[in-house]
Amino acid sequence: MNESIINENWRLARRQFLKTSGMGLGASVLGSLMQQSSAAEEAVLDVPHRPQRAKRVIFLFMAGAPSQVDLFDYKPELDKQFRKPLPPSVSMGQRVTAMTQGREQLVAPSMYKFHPQGESGNYMCELFPFLSQTADDLCIVNSLNTNAINHDPAKTFVCTGAEIPGRPSMGAWLSYGLGSMNRDLPDFVVLNSAFWTGGMRNTQALYSRLWGSGPLPSKHQGVKFQTAGDPVLFLSNPKGIDSGIRRRMLDTARAVNQQHFSTIGDPEIETTIAQQEMAFRMQSSVPELTDLAGEPKHILDLYGPEVTKQGSFARNCLLARRMVERGVRFIQLFHRGWDHHTILPKQMPGQCYDIDQPCAALIDDLKQRGLFEDTLIVCAGEFGRTVYGQGTLKRDDYGRDHHPRCFSGWLAGGGIKGGLTYGETDDFSYNVVKDPVTVRDLHATMLHQLGIDHERLSIPYQGLDLRLTGVEPTRVIHEILS
Amino acid sequence: MKSMNVLFFVSLPLVASAVYGEVRFDRDIRPILADRCFQCHGPADADREADLRLDQAEGTDGAYRESAGTIAIQPGSLEQSEVWTRITSRDPDLVMPPLQGSKPPLSASEIAMLKKWIEQGAPYEDFWAFVPPTAPKFPQDVQGTPIDRFVLRKLKAEGLDPSPRADKRTLIRRVTFDLTGLPPTREEIHAFIEDDSLEAYENVVDRLLQSPHFGEHLAKFWLDLVRFADTNGIHHDHYRDLSSYRDWVIRSFNANLPYDDFTRYQLAGDLYPEPTRDQLIASGFHRLHLIIDRGTALPEESFTRNVLDRVTSVGTAFLGITVQCVVCHDHKYDPMTMKDFYSLSAFFNNIDAAPETGGRNGSDFLRGLQTPYINLTDQRQEARLAELDAQVDGATVELERLKKSRQEVGEDEEKKAEMETLLKDGEKHLNEATQARNDYLITIPAAMVMKERSDQRPAHVLIRGAYDHPGEQVSRDTPKFLPPMKNVQGEKNRMDLANWFVDPEHPLTARVTVNRFWQQLFGVGIVKTSEDFGAQGEWPTHPDLLDYLAVRFVDSGWDVKGLMREIVLSDTYQQSSYATPKVFQQDPQNRLLARGSRFRMDSEMIRDQILSSSGLLNPELFGKSVKPPQPDGLWKAVGMPSSYPAVFVADEGDKILRRSIYTFWKRGMPPPQMTILNAPSREVCTTRRERTNTPLQALLLLNEPEYLRAARQLAFNVLAAPESSSPGQIDVIVETVTSHLPTPSERQNYLKLVTDLSALYLSAPELAEELCENETPPEGVTMPEWAAWTMLTSTIYNLDVTKTRQ
Repeated sequence: MNESIINENWRLARRQFLKTSGMGLGASVLGSLMQQSSAAEEAVLDVPHRPQRAKRVIFLFMAGAPSQVDLFDYKPELDKQFRKPLPPSVSMGQRVTAMTQGREQLVAPSMYKFHPQGESGNYMCELFPFLSQTADDLCIVNSLNTNAINHDPAKTFVCTGAEIPGRPSMGAWLSYGLGSMNRDLPDFVVLNSAFWTGGMRNTQALYSRLWGSGPLPSKHQGVKFQTAGDPVLFLSNPKGIDSGIRRRMLDTARAVNQQHFSTIGDPEIETTIAQQEMAFRMQSSVPELTDLAGEPKHILDLYGPEVTKQGSFARNCLLARRMVERGVRFIQLFHRGWDHHTILPKQMPGQCYDIDQPCAALIDDLKQRGLFEDTLIVCAGEFGRTVYGQGTLKRDDYGRDHHPRCFSGWLAGGGIKGGLTYGETDDFSYNVVKDPVTVRDLHATMLHQLGIDHERLSIPYQGLDLRLTGVEPTRVIHEILS
Repeated sequence: MKSMNVLFFVSLPLVASAVYGEVRFDRDIRPILADRCFQCHGPADADREADLRLDQAEGTDGAYRESAGTIAIQPGSLEQSEVWTRITSRDPDLVMPPLQGSKPPLSASEIAMLKKWIEQGAPYEDFWAFVPPTAPKFPQDVQGTPIDRFVLRKLKAEGLDPSPRADKRTLIRRVTFDLTGLPPTREEIHAFIEDDSLEAYENVVDRLLQSPHFGEHLAKFWLDLVRFADTNGIHHDHYRDLSSYRDWVIRSFNANLPYDDFTRYQLAGDLYPEPTRDQLIASGFHRLHLIIDRGTALPEESFTRNVLDRVTSVGTAFLGITVQCVVCHDHKYDPMTMKDFYSLSAFFNNIDAAPETGGRNGSDFLRGLQTPYINLTDQRQEARLAELDAQVDGATVELERLKKSRQEVGEDEEKKAEMETLLKDGEKHLNEATQARNDYLITIPAAMVMKERSDQRPAHVLIRGAYDHPGEQVSRDTPKFLPPMKNVQGEKNRMDLANWFVDPEHPLTARVTVNRFWQQLFGVGIVKTSEDFGAQGEWPTHPDLLDYLAVRFVDSGWDVKGLMREIVLSDTYQQSSYATPKVFQQDPQNRLLARGSRFRMDSEMIRDQILSSSGLLNPELFGKSVKPPQPDGLWKAVGMPSSYPAVFVADEGDKILRRSIYTFWKRGMPPPQMTILNAPSREVCTTRRERTNTPLQALLLLNEPEYLRAARQLAFNVLAAPESSSPGQIDVIVETVTSHLPTPSERQNYLKLVTDLSALYLSAPELAEELCENETPPEGVTMPEWAAWTMLTSTIYNLDVTKTRQ
């Protein structure tokens, strides 16, 4: 899909509308027909504000917060600190969760080995053998930081730019600001792993607000694909209705709706007809999207053995690629199971197994199709984990509590500088000491790559100009852009 | 792309003629200044540039002030007004708003408006919504009810004529949906058509106002406003039972509880000298906020979060002003300050309850309750409970006695063994008694309530809204930009606050309330931004009408049914919604009301209509929330295994056929039948739902299994009835669902559909069996025929007119 098709649809819709309505209406009427009414006052958009480096985003959300100490933020010297108290000069009275409040803070070094990889020498954890092969494509950021210390507000913050529920999510903003690139699928799709290998303990809840539209028109909210049953709710015809019967009945509905439109004169009736037709098309376009039968064996192999399982992260990565090809603007994958308060070494290898090969495959697959350059991939959790242990503390058995002051993530494609490690923390992976990146900075940088000035994409709402990055000082991290 | 978006979002200004007539500060100027200037030159002290504020004329920072030889705004003189020089400057360093800022430059028409205003003397006026409403004079040059006169005067000014009265079928359908959320029955339609008397319509209205479904329907809007739900909304998203509050709302609307009491009960029901059960239940308003369950969060933070959520809901529900942003900074557009907000919060920070829900043990958790709460027992239940309590007490005493005697037994092994057995029995007995009491308790409805602590917690301004950064201490007070409280002796409490809200002099409460009822009946309020009556809200389309309704509402003793009655009896309300191209072009959004309004119904109304028209609806009132079926796995996909409940289990029998107001609302994953059609998640207060029209909605209405089952049921009912001809049967179905009869050509379409589908199903009988789930068709009807008629009915359920109130 491309802009010329969209514009053609637009012209067709307008011509059709003007013909059937017999009205020479102004743009605003047609605008309300196409866009729908909404609680939010529609602003005059001038997006994109600058040339786009990326056309779409795949956001790999690691819900539960993976340990940066064990996976990205390499601190070889920590080994000598085993079971030693974290110096107060480092913790500086940092508030902790109710779980470890008042407990001793003893350092738990990571038991995993890191190696420099690729030409760039990005340090990669041994738990990521596949991803290590793409080290030169990754920009690893070790200086992410956030405010919230609990999952729920922290996840809401990463997904919507505010800890308080009810704001538009990242994908909703993009859908709102940039519009649609396809005619058969939503702009914003959410894929959730149905299972994960790192243990089902401490599973954190997800909320539909994480992909909600807040006060933006709800057509911009994420459509969550189901991992079982219909990928889109109520997609399939119920038993006893085949597509011929459905078509026949829609023809009658259409004819009668059309007659009503000619007497009532409300263009909303035309919209209903159009959306029923769109629904009918989705009944084939969505199964075509989710049916992997056409994928050759070498592609399936690329994503690894889990790709054959319904609801696996690997399968969702492959689906994400197929959505990229079909013009979905924002694809967000949720993978849970990272909340390793205890027995981290028992859970971490499985979690990494889940994502390692699929992430690497996604990069390779997009590259070979020429889609890597304008697809921005972001992978991050909602916060980091403490360098000090929680629960049992042995060399090979430990856990970690929540830690908002620093965490790690990576970006790739979409005009991001590969082979870079950005931002530094102190010796304890506790405080950011160089090049901090707030969640808002991350948002601003993502928007920037999509051609959007984060200060200019806003809507008036409840007496303020609502925007993804809020009102705090925020900057685009130009240093990580190619 | 760019040009397309611009096209999409251009909207016709409602009042395009102001440039040529009188400029009003509130309507025409303030919105421009608020949007482009107030960020740096507004009410917020901290961000003010050049010691200049443009939100007021007077004062050392005001717009008329002279500073270093320049005057920001010199009334009547463009040349001497620095503002004019700056907004028209071509110098990039001087032009306002600054080029490098996030605000778009002023448009030519905005500059023209400001020019006209300065030339006219740059008059400022107090912000309309903060000045108490007074009864306006009725327009004398037009006829009709007061409502109609205000509307007609405006139409006349815009050169539009009102539309004729809607036909009787449309009218009874409209008013029945608007007052009960349900469609009229065929019998009700026929009776209305046959009633030629002048009072026919009025009688219908009065009948509907007496229907118990009136309260259910009005409660739906209120529950959005106060974010009512059945789970705690954060972290585990556990069950939290507030159904008795919901039932109280329904009963209050049905009993026409005056709105001032409706307000008092909720804000301060617990503070009556001897509160009734209803007053206590209503105070559960303060328990509707999201609340985290005990575990990982810091209680102090949770406490603050709850208080702020409470104040925000009061701001949205009663004040009609957004206060959320004042949590962190002074308002940039409205005169609300942080101190105002935290002074208001001081009324709500003193609940005698834990800041987090907690503890999985005991019956409270299973009942979805957290103290303080009251058990809503009747006499019989009280007696039974007392009996069970006595048994627990008895078992406890007995066990204590046994423990004591064991110590006295001495060393005799035999006696010791005997004692151990007795002790074990005693423990078992106590456990059984406790279990029996808890099992019984679970069956008793309860209500979480508000309860004040005996001593008063101090309240502080929280710097940047952070719970751990208290600033200046504040005492309970109302916002300074609104009239002060009257006649308060000693420490102010929530009852004083409630009385202040419903004081006839309060500029906002009545306006905000009548506007929401208007919005309910017309699809859009007189003030479109019903959530925000502040400077960034929209100017009312009919300011006089709004004030008339507000004053009348207060004078009537806050009579909600009276207000609804007056509105639906107006000619304005009863107009046909058909739009000629001319009318549509002139006012596509129908803000001027030259025609009846037409909008898609809310999700609850659509579902309830399907249940009701198919005869499946279980009209039972009140009770615990119920779970109609939904697609598998939705809760599992987002929930935690340790959530209570973690797995969705649909109810059975006629519980799944209750009205949607009783549907269980999990905030983390509300029922898709509701959210797909724009129902909010109930995490935040919502004054108006948006209305989209999406393919996902089309899929829902086409394929939802329960909706299809209802179509099959209606087809069955009609095929089983004595009416024999196919056209007659078609008429019955169409009339049942849409309240109208089909036109001859529509009837032809339907007949052809039934014929075609009958043939299709006859050639594929297995499909017919699947569709009808192998149930027995009506006598004399074949399975393929039943299937074809089911699909016909489903077709009619999927028409635009079916889901639309017009």
